[in-house]
Amino acid sequence: MLQNIAIGQYVPGTSFLHRADPRSKMLFIILFAILVFLANNVITYAILIAFTVMTVMLSRLSLAYILKSLRPVWILVLFTVILHVLITKGGEVYFQWGWFSIEEKGVTQAIFISLRVSLLVLVSSLLTLTTSPIDLTEGLERLLGPFGRIGVPVHEIALMMSIALRFIPTLMEETDKIIKAQTARGANFTSGNLIRRAQNLIPIVIPLFISAFRRAEELALAMEARGYRGGVGRTRLRTLTMSWRDGSIALAACVLLLVIGWWRT
Amino acid sequence: MTEERLLALQEVSFAYEGEGGQKETVLNRINLDIHKGAFVSVLGHNGSGKSTLAKLMNALLLPKEGTVLVTGIDTRDGELIWEVRRHVGMVFQNPDNQIVGATVEDDVAFGLENMGTDPAEMRTRIRESLQAVGMEAHLYDQPHRLSGGQKQRVAIAGIMAMRPSVLILDEATAMLDPMGRREVLNLARRLNREEGITVVNITHFPEEAVFSDRVIVMRAGQVEWDGTAAEVFADPDRLQALGLDVPFAVRVRHALAAEGVSLPFILHQEELVEHLCKLLLKR
Ligand SMILES: Nc1ncnc2c1ncn2[C@@H]1O[C@H](COP(=O)(O)OP(=O)(O)O)[C@@H](O)[C@H]1O
Ligand SMILES: [Mg+2]
Repeated sequence: MLQNIAIGQYVPGTSFLHRADPRSKMLFIILFAILVFLANNVITYAILIAFTVMTVMLSRLSLAYILKSLRPVWILVLFTVILHVLITKGGEVYFQWGWFSIEEKGVTQAIFISLRVSLLVLVSSLLTLTTSPIDLTEGLERLLGPFGRIGVPVHEIALMMSIALRFIPTLMEETDKIIKAQTARGANFTSGNLIRRAQNLIPIVIPLFISAFRRAEELALAMEARGYRGGVGRTRLRTLTMSWRDGSIALAACVLLLVIGWWRT
Repeated sequence: MTEERLLALQEVSFAYEGEGGQKETVLNRINLDIHKGAFVSVLGHNGSGKSTLAKLMNALLLPKEGTVLVTGIDTRDGELIWEVRRHVGMVFQNPDNQIVGATVEDDVAFGLENMGTDPAEMRTRIRESLQAVGMEAHLYDQPHRLSGGQKQRVAIAGIMAMRPSVLILDEATAMLDPMGRREVLNLARRLNREEGITVVNITHFPEEAVFSDRVIVMRAGQVEWDGTAAEVFADPDRLQALGLDVPFAVRVRHALAAEGVSLPFILHQEELVEHLCKLLLKR
């Protein structure tokens, strides 16, 4: 019951995108987000759409699969579309019925906003779809590395993230077990109003918390026993190396920046 | 030196400080020497101080009185504490709460990363230690997909990669099913025999202790008894009075003796079966 909450979960593979360095993928997404907000006419959006389709092809994942895994996001997009069509006024009036009207500005706004969100979500989901969580934290640690000098606990943040990733499945299994145990004792999690249901979660959350604290304590001890002493003097098994792939991502980024800058109005 | 003293505890006392500052003595003037290459079992009732003893051996705790020496290094020496922890590896009871890495490979690497090992050297050592525990096929597996016994073997591999002198198993088999228990125990025995690793096996199961060179029985923070497995298990009544179990073979022999059937001293179940068969043939 807890398996279907994965949005953009990692799919192992050997495609161009899978093999690219997580750092360049992350940096590219930041640039892409800026480009998406710079785009403001049909041509620039068309360029971005074409580019996004190309990146999806580079991931060798099926577009249908990606779209399906992002279902919760599409509901959100649909909601914003409806909201904009109904609320934003201006320009030519397409339809009028009493106070209710659909106008030109509302429709264009709805299209642009939904395009922006979809493109951004699609491209960012490609990052998580093609990068293993470990590489993701590794990349993040390296990217944030310079901030370590001004006192940001970069190593600790990355370690926290990787331990969280390690324990997600363990805690999921445990939650399932607790739910079953409480159900066997007559607890009911599926009926009653919202407040009642929230109250019913207490017998799940409390044992989960207690056990998580115990786990944390034991884990800290085990880490210490294995010589953990913070980030200083520590080496890493995984070393990230840039390749020609990352060069081509940088090139694509430059070209895209120039093209969008040129065509936007 | 004929027998190298790897671990030496001299007049060691320890107390945890309670909430209100009151102290409860958990270990009381312990003297112990553990020699290189030995396989030592530690038995004792819950709360008798076994885990505390183990934590003193790798500087997770420091003695309040007395000294703990690991290969001659005083564990109070703050500079050499990492060397102490590299020498004395520890496997804990709950397999889920001591695996740090998101994959088997990452977990075995953890200790090596802490030591500042070069990545290329790390890969070699990870491969070797996973081979030593028979888990080389699971290099890229996620820990939560492994069985309890496999998880503990990964934990042992993580320690073996650091090239330790001593492996302490603190009830490492307590949460495992019989098969997992056998896997882990057989591995510990093999590492002891073939790699010369000194093993300290803290356990609840007397059956595990029959294979050891030496059995230490703890009671209320003191060493109650220290001898060979044959010596300690020769007196089942005394063990049972301490609330400890006795190996099945020893129990059967003892019960038979009460019925007037005498058997030579035995520790292992196979020996028992053999003796009983001989007895049956003679009748
Ligand atoms: N962190 C702690 N703080 C306070 N008391 C503790 C702590 N850990 C253990 N104790 C106490 O120390 C005694 C010995 O514990 P321990 O060494 O864990 O025994 P064993 O492993 O033989 O069961 C017990 O009475 C226990 O309650
Ligand atoms: Mg204990």
